[in-house]
Order: sequence, then C-alpha cells, then structure tokens
Amino acid sequence: MSWIDIGHIDDIPLRGARVVKTPVGCVGLFRTGEAEVFAASNSCPHKGGPLAEGIVHGQKITCPLHNWVFDLNSGEAIGEDARIATYPVRLEAGRILLDGAAVGKRSAA
Amino acid sequence: MTQKLIVIGAGMASGRVLEHLTDADPGAYDITLFNAEPRGNYNRIMLSPVLSGEKTYQEIVTHDDAWYAAAGVTCRFGERVVAIDTAAKTVTAETGEVLPYDKLLFGTGSNPFMIPLPGHDLDGVIAYRDLEDTERMMAMGPDNKVVVIGGGLLGLEAAAGMAARGVDVTVVHIMGHLMERQLDEAAGYLLRKSLEAKGITILCGANSKEILGENGRVRALLLEDGTELACDLLVMAVGIRPNVALAQEAGLAVGRGIHVDDQMLTSVEDVLAVGECVEHDGAVFGLVAPLYDQAKVAAATLLGQQAAFVQKSLSTKLKVTGCDLFSAGDFAEGEGREDIVFRDPGRGIYKRLVIEDDKLVGAVMYGDTADGSWFFGLIKDGTDISEMRETLIFGPAYQGGSPVDPLSAVAALPPEAEICGCNGICKSTITDAIAGGATDLGAVRATTKASASCGTCTGLVEQLLQVTLGDDFQMPAAQPMCGCTDLTHEDVRRLIKSQELKSQPAVWQELGWTTPNGCHVCRPAVNFYLLADWPLEYRDDPQSRFVNERKHANIQKDGTFSVVPRMWGGITNPTELRAIADAAEKYDVPTVKVTGGQRIDLLGVKGEDLPYIWADLNKAGLVSGHAYSKGLRTVKTCVGTDHCRFGTQDSTGLGIKLERALWGSWTPHKVKLAVSGCPRNCAEATCKDVGVVCVDSGYQVGVAGAAGMDVKETERLADVPTEQEAIDLTVAFIQLYRENAKYLDRPYKWVAKVGLDWVKARVVDDLEERARLIAAFELSQSIYRKDPWAEHAAKPAPFAPLANLELEAAE
Ligand code: SRM
Ligand SMILES: Cc1cc2nc3c(=O)[nH]c(=O)nc-3n(C[C@H](O)[C@H](O)[C@H](O)COP(=O)(O)OP(=O)(O)OC[C@H]3O[C@@H](n4cnc5c(N)ncnc54)[C@H](O)[C@@H]3O)c2cc1C
Ligand code: SF4
Ligand code: FES
Repeated sequence: MSWIDIGHIDDIPLRGARVVKTPVGCVGLFRTGEAEVFAASNSCPHKGGPLAEGIVHGQKITCPLHNWVFDLNSGEAIGEDARIATYPVRLEAGRILLDGAAVGKRSAA
Repeated sequence: MTQKLIVIGAGMASGRVLEHLTDADPGAYDITLFNAEPRGNYNRIMLSPVLSGEKTYQEIVTHDDAWYAAAGVTCRFGERVVAIDTAAKTVTAETGEVLPYDKLLFGTGSNPFMIPLPGHDLDGVIAYRDLEDTERMMAMGPDNKVVVIGGGLLGLEAAAGMAARGVDVTVVHIMGHLMERQLDEAAGYLLRKSLEAKGITILCGANSKEILGENGRVRALLLEDGTELACDLLVMAVGIRPNVALAQEAGLAVGRGIHVDDQMLTSVEDVLAVGECVEHDGAVFGLVAPLYDQAKVAAATLLGQQAAFVQKSLSTKLKVTGCDLFSAGDFAEGEGREDIVFRDPGRGIYKRLVIEDDKLVGAVMYGDTADGSWFFGLIKDGTDISEMRETLIFGPAYQGGSPVDPLSAVAALPPEAEICGCNGICKSTITDAIAGGATDLGAVRATTKASASCGTCTGLVEQLLQVTLGDDFQMPAAQPMCGCTDLTHEDVRRLIKSQELKSQPAVWQELGWTTPNGCHVCRPAVNFYLLADWPLEYRDDPQSRFVNERKHANIQKDGTFSVVPRMWGGITNPTELRAIADAAEKYDVPTVKVTGGQRIDLLGVKGEDLPYIWADLNKAGLVSGHAYSKGLRTVKTCVGTDHCRFGTQDSTGLGIKLERALWGSWTPHKVKLAVSGCPRNCAEATCKDVGVVCVDSGYQVGVAGAAGMDVKETERLADVPTEQEAIDLTVAFIQLYRENAKYLDRPYKWVAKVGLDWVKARVVDDLEERARLIAAFELSQSIYRKDPWAEHAAKPAPFAPLANLELEAAE
C-alpha cells in the first residue's frame, strides 16, 4: 500500500462528503457522525449519480439522484443487486490517508 | 559512592518513579527533586473534587514532607531548573546554582495550551492545571460570572466544580457537541442537558474572537458572532502541550514530546524522561495509566534492571463529575463496523455499542453505566460476542431481552406535555378522560376536544389510548416517518413543540430513534421542523438537506448544476441581463433557458464553478432564486396598471413586495405565488399555492392551488380592500403552513387535511393570531432573509475536490 495524505478530517463536514480526483475516477470521501471516514467510488451504478452529493447517515450513503442506499463498509447497495468499489483509507493524527495503489496511482518512489 | 539523581518536576509520573526506586533500593541514589510549583507531588486528578469543595488540598497530597524525609529526597520546591549542560552533566537552578548529576530524570509534564486570542494575557485569564488555578476558581462565588473556553473533560470539570459553588458559568465550545472526541452527538446531548440542569450555560459551535479587558483585567469574552459574555474570570481548557522547552534547549531529541525509547531513555546519555512530557513511538500521553507503566520502567532502568514500556490498547474510560457517563474504546476510524443502539427516553438512557468482526470495539453510554466495566472488559479482551449479539446491549445480567416498546416515547411523556396544540390539551387531561371511560378516539374528542380541530395530533391521542388501555384498544396502522421511529410526521412535529426539543440529538433521544443519527428520509424533515419551530435556537444543518439545498443549485442528471438568479416579480433590466450573458459565456454554460417561473435558468454549470459564477452574478445585484429549495420560489406577476389597459391594481408592485417579504424562508415544500392585475389572470394566480387576483374593490386572496402532479384551482381565503392586508394574509398563511404542515406536503395537501375553515379561523378571523403568525415569520426571517450564494461565494473551498491525484509528478 502507498498511503497518500489527501487532507484533514475537518475538511469534510460531519455527516458530509468530498471528492478526490484519481486515475480511477472520482472517489468520494464520506465522513460519518464521528471522526470516521470511508472512501468509495463516487459514481452510482444506477445512473451515475454523484454519491458525494448524497446524505450520509450511520455508515450509509443515499444517492442524491434516486435514493439508492449503499453500505460504506462493503459498498453493497441495500435492496439492489449492485455495489460500488471501496478503497482503503485511514486516519492518522487527523490526516486522511488514501491508499494510492488502490486508486491507480503509481508510487512516487 | 552513591550516584546523584536529579529529578525535574515533582508530578504524578516522577512521583511514581521515586516510589519504585526507594522501595526497591533506598540507598541507590542521592536524590534532588526540583519542582516549579511550590509544593511536592499531589494527585492532580483530584483537583476537581477540591474545586467543588468535596475534598481539601490536604486530602489529595500524595507525598508529604515526612515521606520525602523518610525517602531521603532533597526537595527544592518552588524552584525551576533553567538550564542543563549535558556535556558537563550539570543542571542550573533558578538561583544560578549549578549542581552536578550522574542521572537526570525529566518529569516536566505539560503546559496548558492558551489560544493566542487578543487579550489572552489579561489578568483573570487562567488555565486549569494546578492548585493555583484551582484556588483562583475557588475564590469565585454566587456574585461572579465565569466563562470557560473548551467543552472537553477539563473544561466541563472546571464548570461543574464552580457551578457547585453557585457561580454563574458559561461554557463556550467550538464543536457541535460536548466532548466530541469521546462522545457521539446523542451522548453529548444528554451530557449537555444534565449540565444545563446544574445551571451551566452551554454554547456549542461558538467561536471565540477576543478577550476584552478593563484596566488590565478580563471583562468579557467576545464571540465571532458579536455576542459579548461578561466574566470576572476566564478559564481556557482547550488542550495541553508537552512541556519540552528545557529539554529542547539542552539539545535532547524532541518531536511533539521528548523522544524516549522503550527504557525511557532520551537521546542523550544518562538522561531519562517520564510522563506527559515524553513522546514514545509517535504517541504522547494525557492520562495517568500509561504514565504509571512508564514510571515502573524508568525506575528499573535507573536500577540497571531490564524492563520495557509497552503501549496498551487505546481504550479510555472517562467520568465527568456528577454525570452518569461512560465512553470506552474506539468508535471512530476503520471499516466493517456496525452499531447497536438502545434508547430509553423515559429514563434518559442512551447506549451505543460498536462492533467489528464479531468483537466489541467501542461503547458510549449515558444514564445507565452500570455495565460499563463489563463492556470495557469485552473491548480489552477482544471477546468474540457473536453468541450474545442479540442481547449484548442489555448487559451481562440480561439474556433473552425483549425489544424496546415502540410506544415508550409516548409513555414517557410527562403528564403536563401538550398533546393537542389547537385546544391546549395536555397528556393528563386525555389519560384522565380515558380512565373516565372515553375508550375510543371519538369519545376522547367529545370529552376533551383533543384532536377535534386540525386533527394532526390524532396519532398521539391513539397512542395514549393504546398505552392506557393496552390490548383493549386496536390501534389503526399509522404511517411512521421512516424506519428510524414508529412516530408519524405529525407526532414528531407536535412533540418537538410540546417537549421543546431544539436539536436533532434531542429528537433522536427523547423520541427513541433506533438509529444513531437518522436516515435520508427523516433527517431533512426533522431539520425543517426544528428550524421552523426554533428559528433562533436551532441552526439549519446542511448535512441534513438534499443536495440541491446544500449546494444551492439543482443537480442535473450528469452531476452538473443549474443556476437560477432571482428576478423580483419577473422584472429584470439590461444590467442584469448583461451579467447573466457574461456569466454564461465565462463559465461555458451549455443551455440558457427562460423558465416557467418568469426568470432565466443557466443549466450545466460545473460544481466547482458555482461559488465563482455566484460571485459574478452577485456583483450585478443578482441573488439566489432558490429554484432548488423547499422555500419560496417565484412570485409571478403580470404587467398590471403600469402598462395594461385592464389593470386594476399594481400587480407587479405587489408581487415584488411579496417576494421581498418571503424570500429565503424555508417551508415544508416549495411555495409559489402569483399576482394578476385583473380577472383575466395572465399570471395564472388561480393555480398557485397563494394567488392574488386584483379587482376594482381590492384583492382576492386565494390559497391551496396546484398545477403540478395535480391540478386544482385555489380556494378563496378572503377578499380584502388594501394591499397591506393582502400581504398580511399571505405571510400569516405561509407561517401557519410552516408551523403545521408535514414535510413535503404542498399547501393544497395540507389544507385538505386540516380544512380551509381551520385555516381561515386563524389567518382571517382571529386578528391576534394573525399578528402572532406575522411576528413569528419576521423573527425567522431575521435569520433566513439573506442570499446564501453570497455566503458560499466567500468560501469557495468546499466546492472543489479535496485533492487531485490524477496528476503524476514530473517525470
Ligand atoms: C426550470 C423549470 C422548467 C422550465 O424550464 O421552465 C422547472 C424545473 C424543474 N422542476 Fe418544475 N420547473 C419549473 C416550473 C414548474 C412549474 C410551473 C411554474 O412554477 O410556474 C410547475 C407546476 C406548478 C407547481 O409547482 O406545482 C412545476 C412543477 C414541478 C413539480 C411538481 C410539484 C407538485 O407538487 O406537483 C416538481 C417535483 C417536485 O417539486 O417535487 C418539479 C421539479 C422540478 C425540478 C426541480 C426537478 C428536479 O428535482 O430536478 C426541475 C429542475 C430543473 C433544473 O435543473 O433546473 N416541478 N415546475 C421551471 C422553473 C421555474 C422557476 O423559475 O423556478
Ligand atoms: C484537573 C485535572 C483533572 C485530571 N483528571 C484526570 C483523570 O481523571 N484521569 C487521568 O488519567 N488523568 C487526569 N488528568 C491528567 C493527569 O493529571 C496528568 O496526566 C498527570 O498529572 C501528568 O503527570 P506528569 O508527572 O507527567 O506531569 P505533572 O503532574 O503535570 O507534573 C509536572 C511537574 O513538573 C513541574 N515542572 C515543569 N517544568 C519544570 C522545571 N523546568 N523545573 C522544575 N519543575 C518543573 C511542574 O510544575 C509540575 O508540577 C487530569 C489533569 C488535570 C489538570
Ligand atoms: S416537466 Fe418534468 S422534465 Fe420538465 S422540467 Fe419539470 S420536472 Fe423536469
Ligand atoms: S443514479 Fe444513484 S440512485 Fe439513480
């Protein structure tokens, strides 16, 4: 894994989301009601809704276009046969680290 | 010959080192102990009971003079070490005296962090760290006001301690809820409630700007929003920083703290460090448990024995004076987690467990923490809980627990809780009537009048029947708001008012939500109800809004947005049109369309361009048209008396006045108005939420029209002779709608439920109620009648991606 510092946890509002542009496309960074962040594809498999614009509740995200709901742990859509890709992300001293390898970024070294 | 050990700082960590050392080998060292505080080692943790008066300082002394004498320690209290020469192996005391050492031990602890606000060096601005600080606070009494900055553990202990002395205390906290690092919103809400019950004022989300003084003494704290909080003492409890200045000057390796290895040795030979001043393997410490482990290791190292310091799991266990609160483990960070939530609003209990891979990893509890140590044990031991998962939340004593009663929220209401707002009927009146033989809805209506007017409290009355009569009452199936609650929208609205619930966590807790923080269905509704009922106390939560309202633009199917500036009453001018044209060119807007609402839509704007296009439009005086909101959309007008040969009144002017009065307000669903200058009705006023048709004798005000999924003509609210009355009726009607309708009911749906007569009685006939509605609307508009675009244009960052990893470093 190659962890890339992409910002501070407080750059994402509580129960909010931001996107990061990556070689595999836009990745949504979803913050729950806690100091907790998930990374997943920003594109809804239904009709491409931008998930980071949706509502975060518990550890789920609701798509802003037609309300499909995804579990951010697994990426599974609830009640639909679909899932979104999820990516390793971790927090260290308030910084958000995204796994560069998983989002197609060649390592800097 | 005995070696010389010099210890800098007589704190809780170095004190433990001395105990271990002198216990194991009393003669090993000739010990000199410096302390900047004019006293020896005391139990710093117990300063709060001293502050509140439960204990005296004498009772919390760890090592008294007799102890130091017996241990053969030379005490130099009230003396600071000012310099160290690690080559010559000497320390210099404040007096200038130079003392040689064989071994040196740092135990300098932490410094409280002082926010460098203007005025932070005024007399009367203190931290909360030592006995001196505690004594300053103890000098405060019922005639004094104190402000505490910081709603973490220390700040709240200081506040609770002073409140126990009758001091008027206000806590100013920058985050949205108290102790945000240890507690979630729900537990933070309950903590706040019990601290408020002790008379403490709590301001969350409050940003300090400046400390104001008078003759060099603190006078008040000024907040970012202009509020001035008068105070005689200001306590800053916002965090600590390892005290490393001396070590740094002496040339020790220092990061956040003094670097130590597993043996507590620093980078310089014969120099050790323990306590809050150290950094071990990247971590610094703020609680005593790990410091005691360090002390044991440091003593062993000094005695030439093998020992190594190991960091334990990050779990912490906390208590705030007088509050039944427990938080352990880790409920942040990491994937693959699940929550179990239990709430008992009647008893003020909240419990949340966080589970990962069949193990308990975190627990937050409020109100009933008896099982705290059991959960803490499960977390620490990493016990597999899959077998007991179903009943885990009920604790060790409880197996096969039954699910929470969905009626518990209503059962828990106090007898004086108002159930029927129209007729002012409280819970006990209804339960008395039921006990007196009114065993169905009709009978309750007949005897008490509850639910006999607008009917929106019917669900609550039925629940009371069920709670009181049990199986003897057959509850009609009502549609709950969503999966997070069994209450209907109407029930929730009623209870928010009667129970004075003023925050989302208050609603979740007091009404027994089964999820930690709601879902996409209930959150926008609850957010609206709260801001409509408590415009001053509650602030809109953008995270509880659909994307359009959060982004102040309509999202398109390709993820771009549309931008619709307001055109008051459909009137525009060359400057505005030029600004729109320029913006359309500058931001490559693919489609410019005239809308059905008499204005211009710029469709296909990229999300990150939004703040910039708004800023450009703002410059020409154009503001948000709220084409995206559950709020006022447009007021369509016709040309009226200005130009039209049939116009009877100034319909354009009235439309603009109405739009100016109503814009920016949030409503249960969108609201559209129109004003036509004569019954030819060119502005299509008779199918609007509110439509005014001008006639020779005045104004015909119609409401509850529709022209979307349903088409329906307006119903006449009243005919009035003056323009002012037409405006008053409109504002009062909209406010009544805001106060009573279910979220996402357009006015025509709501009026169909409560009946036009009920509306007329309040808006038209009861002049006092009309005036109240208008005043309530104005109060709310004092917050919301403003351009959200201008606000966001000033802070464009959140609209851009957090980072861009597409770009490769130069090859
Ligand atoms: C732009 C516009 C069409 C146009 O090009 O003229 C429009 C566009 C949309 N309408 Fe509309 N409506 C527009 C006038 C109307 C009108 C006519 C009017 O206002 O004079 C109606 C019928 C009257 C009414 O409001 O009932 C209308 C009835 C609706 C409805 C059905 C509402 C209902 O209660 O039945 C929806 C759906 C909703 O709101 O839930 C809707 C929803 C929408 C949305 C917001 C759909 C969405 O959620 O994305 C469209 C947004 C397009 C965009 O991205 O900007 N639009 N829509 C009109 C904007 C007017 C304005 O200046 O603000
Ligand atoms: C009000 C309060 C409540 C607390 N509650 C809890 C709790 O409930 N649970 C918990 O685990 N922890 C609690 N803590 C934290 C705990 O008290 C600290 O972690 C612990 O005291 C740190 O010990 P230490 O020896 O590293 O530093 P300290 O105890 O701070 O000792 C450092 C000493 O070094 C002296 N010193 C500094 N520089 C020099 C110098 N150059 N020369 C001479 N002397 C110097 C200082 O004057 C000080 O006396 C609380 C702290 C406070 C203030
Ligand atoms: S009529 Fe339908 S398609 Fe056309 S703008 Fe309105 S909502 Fe969109
Ligand atoms: S695009 Fe996400 S639900 Fe339709």
